[in-house]
Amino acid sequence: MSLDEPQRPPRQTRAPADGWDAVRRVLRPRRSRSQLIIGVLCALLGFAVVTQVHQTSETNLSGLTQDELVRILDEATDRADALSAEEADLQREREQLASGSDTRAAALAAAERNAAAQGILTGRLPATGPGVKITVSDPDGQVRPLTLLNMLEELRNAGAEAVSVNGVRVVASSSFTGSAGSVVLDEQLLEAPYLWEAIGDPDTIDTALGIPGGASAAVRRDGGHASVAKLDSVTITAVTRAADPRYATPVPASTP
Amino acid sequence: MIALLGLALGVVLGLVLQPTVPTELQPYLPIAVVAALDALFGGLRATLDGIFDDRVFVTSFLSNVVLAALIVFLGDQLGVGSQLSTAVVVVLGIRIFSNAAAIRRHVFKA
Repeated sequence: MSLDEPQRPPRQTRAPADGWDAVRRVLRPRRSRSQLIIGVLCALLGFAVVTQVHQTSETNLSGLTQDELVRILDEATDRADALSAEEADLQREREQLASGSDTRAAALAAAERNAAAQGILTGRLPATGPGVKITVSDPDGQVRPLTLLNMLEELRNAGAEAVSVNGVRVVASSSFTGSAGSVVLDEQLLEAPYLWEAIGDPDTIDTALGIPGGASAAVRRDGGHASVAKLDSVTITAVTRAADPRYATPVPASTP
Repeated sequence: MIALLGLALGVVLGLVLQPTVPTELQPYLPIAVVAALDALFGGLRATLDGIFDDRVFVTSFLSNVVLAALIVFLGDQLGVGSQLSTAVVVVLGIRIFSNAAAIRRHVFKA
């Protein structure tokens, strides 16, 4: 390479060159031991630079100083703390939602139970349970509506929860009208014998009806006869349709 | 020329071999590289000034590298490794800039 420059002057005595001439002179190949050493050093430098660049681009933790590792650890810890706090928040929210739906379900179940109880008491639903069947015979046609009303009151006093007469459901607004022998219950003419069905404690009802001077006695005074049969299961299928209240509305729940 | 060839050879070797730096050397290699760059620029400037000396270059190259690594090592032992690294890089960077400015004046006359 240096053969085309055999008369190269010694470097040490070379005059300072100007501009690109100097660069060209520097780049001119020279072969000497020191030049070789310089080349080796430069090779080392290039090797080290590439290695370092390669190392840096890998960005693994082992190349970091203690301070940087501590900082990264701090950041990771902070991040984990923030995430766990967020997790706790979400957990709490989820529990609130779950308990909220539980509350709604409980309220719904209570409302359904309430509706069932109200339906039975107002005669909108068929009912079944232990009770009595009372047969009031009226051979003379002398049993008055008042007598039957008296018997209904006695049944209610004895705790009867659902009552029907001859397949007509008796509710709070029911009325016995007409005259003896042709009793009208809620605009339906009742034919003797009057067959009562009542759901309630059979023993209590039986006792209540048999009180001296009570309902059974009143029937007897009218020339009829009341016979009570206590049953384990009485089913009242007759229903009535309760009118929606036109004027009354529930009192709003008072706020504490 | 040989220096440039050596540089290119080193780069190619590094690219081909893809070496992994040992863990103990990892904090020192970047500083050593910067120190070597400083020596390289100094040598180039000396060449353009016409006062280049092989022995001086080799000595400064090696001593720069070793000294820079030593300073960082000492800083690590004292607990101020990162600060001393920064200090070394700043000083060497200033020197590289001033050398580069001198080289520029030689080449571009500006």
